[in-house]
Amino acid sequence: MAERMTLIGGRSSKQGTALCVGKLGAEYIQISSTVEMNVEDMARLGLSNDSRVRLRTPVGEVILRCKGRETKDLPSGILFMAYGPFSSELMAGDTAASGMPLSKNLDVEVEPVLEEAQPQGATP
Amino acid sequence: MSENIKTVADATCTFCGCVCDDIVLSVDMDTHQITKSQNACVLGKAWFKEHSIEERPAALIAGRPATTEEGVEEAAQILAKARYPIIYGLSDTTCEAQRVAVSIADMIGGIVDTTTSVCHGPTGMAFQGIGESTASLGEVRNRADLVIFWGGNPAEAHPRLFTRYAVTPKGMYVPNGRKDRTIVLVDVRRTQSTPVADIFLQVKPRTDFEVLWALRALVKGLKVDESIEERTGVSLAVLEDLANRMKTCRFGVIFFGMGITMNRGRHFNAGALLALGTDLNQFTHFVVAPARGHGNVSGADNVVSWQTGFPFGVNFNRGYPRFNPGEWTTVDVLCRGEADAAMIIASDPASNFPKAAIEHLKRIPVITLDPKTTVTSTLARVAFTTATYGINVPGTVYRMDNVPISLRPAFESPYPSDQQILTAIRERVSALLGGNRLPVNTAPTAAAS
Repeated sequence: MAERMTLIGGRSSKQGTALCVGKLGAEYIQISSTVEMNVEDMARLGLSNDSRVRLRTPVGEVILRCKGRETKDLPSGILFMAYGPFSSELMAGDTAASGMPLSKNLDVEVEPVLEEAQPQGATP
Repeated sequence: MSENIKTVADATCTFCGCVCDDIVLSVDMDTHQITKSQNACVLGKAWFKEHSIEERPAALIAGRPATTEEGVEEAAQILAKARYPIIYGLSDTTCEAQRVAVSIADMIGGIVDTTTSVCHGPTGMAFQGIGESTASLGEVRNRADLVIFWGGNPAEAHPRLFTRYAVTPKGMYVPNGRKDRTIVLVDVRRTQSTPVADIFLQVKPRTDFEVLWALRALVKGLKVDESIEERTGVSLAVLEDLANRMKTCRFGVIFFGMGITMNRGRHFNAGALLALGTDLNQFTHFVVAPARGHGNVSGADNVVSWQTGFPFGVNFNRGYPRFNPGEWTTVDVLCRGEADAAMIIASDPASNFPKAAIEHLKRIPVITLDPKTTVTSTLARVAFTTATYGINVPGTVYRMDNVPISLRPAFESPYPSDQQILTAIRERVSALLGGNRLPVNTAPTAAAS
């Protein structure tokens, strides 16, 4: 069953080093298609590290890999993922007359997906 | 490794807005590889290591290899024919190239916008409303005894901001370095930056404005209700303590990041921070500064400002510059499906813009200039391969504190610079148009004659 959570997009040093190699490279795609989630939330949803999870907003949805973070580091209900083509799928275009679309604190629906489903960007 | 090693002292890293200019490079001149980048952070090391010479065509036109000259002709034809073209990016190229890009936008009556619009664009809007108290990073290093990082993660985005300027270095008035400074971090989650802080305020998402407004009230001596904790996740006692530290420090600075500008509230959040800084200057010296991401995004703001009077999102359609974020900023223009051509310089909007904007980029002719293959270059009609600024290309960039710094290239590239390609495009467009395009509202019409 889907739960509502808050998604924060951001930078990470691994993303930064991977983009120097190339944004079409496997490492960058792997990093930008991974979402960090509170471990207690993951347990409740029956997820473990590398489980597939679907994130959905009114404008789009993506299937990502999960990575657990302790509660002290990432509060329950908060998700983090590195900016990239996959976070773009979830962003609305409205900028509220500022030029800036929201890419932090997005309301997303989160639900586990069957193991057969591959995360987007996964190499065959 | 060959014997032909060249050492480049005081090289400049242009990965992030710190623009560290104390890098010592070892360059294998036979393979054109930077084998060592002394003093660089993890991001800088990757930047130097991964920007060697890649075997790619000078240009691709509709996916087919082409010469630079053929690419210039195709790009010029696209821009000369377009009625609502947009030029975007510019934060990872030199000021010299940025200047040419602005002049092309002027010539074709298009829009010039930079990555600032999806970075600290809201901060630029807040600057206009509130103003700013500035300092160089050198002043921060030598004077700041209270350093606050708000809505950012410098340990991963600007690693040497800590070690070179704001946390650990010893300075003239902070002779004991770290021991003389109080470090505060404000964020919605713990990051790699958190262990650096003496005080960590973990705010609830979307409550930065409320926390800032409460701090403004406390600094002014006004009463704040204890329910602020329920709303923001930060207790009144912690806020009172921080307000007191801010008022009593000798030199305070707040560096802020995308947690302020990419969040609900956008320019209101940035404005609240700047207003807090203004308030604090009644008590002590306080600076509020955006931590800029790309290596020359500050340069883009400066160049576009000195050439047009506005920092980003500038429209030349009427023959003179107009500024209106939300109307002439790239995300909006693309999401509304208005632009009929785009030239993207040293940026990759197709990998970080909203879906609707990317969909429109797929519908129009796109020109890209980039040293690397990017998501955007793969959908471009014309994709130029360029030399990398700072590694192959000399020029000027602006550090995040608006200090201009000269680049010292490591080795030559077989590919042209952004400036060279843009200059060639400008010359060809000028020939095609016979000079600047006449503004739409002043062009003679058949009916008028």
